[in-house]
Amino acid sequence: MTRPLTLLLIALALALPLSLLAGRVWLDPFGDLPDNALIILLELRLPRALLALLIGAGLGASGAAMQGYLRNPLADPGLFGIAPGAALGAVLSFWTGWAAAPFALPAFALAGAAGAMALLALIAGRSGSVTLFTLAGMMIASLAGALMSLAISLSPTPFALSEIVTWLMGAVSDRSWRDVWIALVPTMAGIALLRAAGPALDALTLGEAAARSLGVEPRRLQVLMVAGVGLCVGSGVAVAGIIGFVGLIVPHLMRRFTDRRPSQLIVPSALAGALLLLAADVLCRVLPLAGGELRLGIALSLLGAPFFLALLLRMRRELA
Amino acid sequence: MSDSGIGLEAGRIALAGRLLDLSASLRPGEVTAICGPNGAGKSSLLSCLAGLLAPDGGEVRLGGVPLSALPPRTRARAIGFLPQTAEVAWDISVETLVGLGRLPWGDTAAGPVEAALAAMRLEDLRRRPLSRLSGGERARALLARVLAGEPRWLLADEPLANLDLAHGAALIARLRALAAGGMGVVLVLHDLAQAMNHADRVLVISGGRLIADGPPDEALHQDVVAVVWGIKARWLGEPGHRALALG
Repeated sequence: MTRPLTLLLIALALALPLSLLAGRVWLDPFGDLPDNALIILLELRLPRALLALLIGAGLGASGAAMQGYLRNPLADPGLFGIAPGAALGAVLSFWTGWAAAPFALPAFALAGAAGAMALLALIAGRSGSVTLFTLAGMMIASLAGALMSLAISLSPTPFALSEIVTWLMGAVSDRSWRDVWIALVPTMAGIALLRAAGPALDALTLGEAAARSLGVEPRRLQVLMVAGVGLCVGSGVAVAGIIGFVGLIVPHLMRRFTDRRPSQLIVPSALAGALLLLAADVLCRVLPLAGGELRLGIALSLLGAPFFLALLLRMRRELA
Repeated sequence: MSDSGIGLEAGRIALAGRLLDLSASLRPGEVTAICGPNGAGKSSLLSCLAGLLAPDGGEVRLGGVPLSALPPRTRARAIGFLPQTAEVAWDISVETLVGLGRLPWGDTAAGPVEAALAAMRLEDLRRRPLSRLSGGERARALLARVLAGEPRWLLADEPLANLDLAHGAALIARLRALAAGGMGVVLVLHDLAQAMNHADRVLVISGGRLIADGPPDEALHQDVVAVVWGIKARWLGEPGHRALALG
């Protein structure tokens, strides 16, 4: 195993138990524990932390694969329109009032993700062209965004409106084991599919024609990408709302530690994405904020943007 | 036909709306140049021979089997393709780039990669990222990537474009050596003098037709040049060192 992978695994092994101690009620393992400490740990914080790890891993792996697929370091899992599709599904569940029913919200969101994936496959057709595919994804993203805004503006009650807006900001607070189970299998399957796409993504480094001459079947790669990104992002949005930034920033950070082949970036990005989301969620829990908690999407930007800017400044120095 | 031959049979291969009345059987161990004016369909023909572009009519056969019937990986192991654009998306090292040539085999066998690095004299540059290579080194590295796949056929689209005189000459010498080793080498060449001096056989295509097919002396005879390229020109110098004088 390579050194960065080992370091990431060690960091995760340390961060997970530590994260369980932090929150509105601090748990001091060496001091007195409140009576409900076990319930807080097992029923509140553990599922929440595992969910952050799962969603972060899915977003990190999706981002790495997307950047490889589009041969562009600015690509992001949101480009395929799957996340907006899932979000639209979730918004509709609030809008129709179904969100109150158990499993309805994630089911609506997964249906939205599946709808976006089907539409994408239908439009892109058999050609396997990356450009056509990306344009189709962006069109779906913008359509889903418009429909979402429409649903928000026609919101039946102020209560539904506030629910929708808050949910869209993304969070893993107040999640249960049920949500962990919803996200677990799709995320793992999605990462496995993206890993299977690795060699084809490596070939794509040389351009589409050279990749095909190396035996890559564009259509098969497209199916792996849609299914892999769709499962990771769709299940993530279904349980935690829209969480941006991870898929863009994490592959950037990890690329320098690899040989820069897309296939070698997927697993490190999954681990680093998991770590980043866990850290961001801890920040949400411990930052004192009047009237509740910092939303995870906001925390990520607060944590990630300065980091990213510092990276850009360093790149600028290297280029100078 | 030998089982390592690409037979361009069945003729009348239609490509991208053009009808190429083409029937040719290419031989391994030879350097075949495809020449023609801009827009004649040279790159399309090469893509078709590489199995990347399905002809609208007719078929390309490798050892008697239609390329369209071959699994992509089997085809990729037999036919190495070097596209004209030298784009590489990520700043990988020379060694990593050459290793990509093993993708059709699904292995990372060190032997062929080392042999390809040695053949292109890239051993000392193996750890260097592509962004820090000169144009000539980059062209060698990209060719080494194809060689690492140990193909029986090497199809290259304008491999000499963007190379200066010395680097171009060095590259063509390496391509000749590969052909002497039994590989079938097919090149789209813009520079008629390169084709004249270094190819064993030249296909001249123009206006959707195969105009000439034969040894360079015949296929690129000044009469053919006058008809196809529409210029008056004369070949000067000794065989193997000819230059085209215009006017």
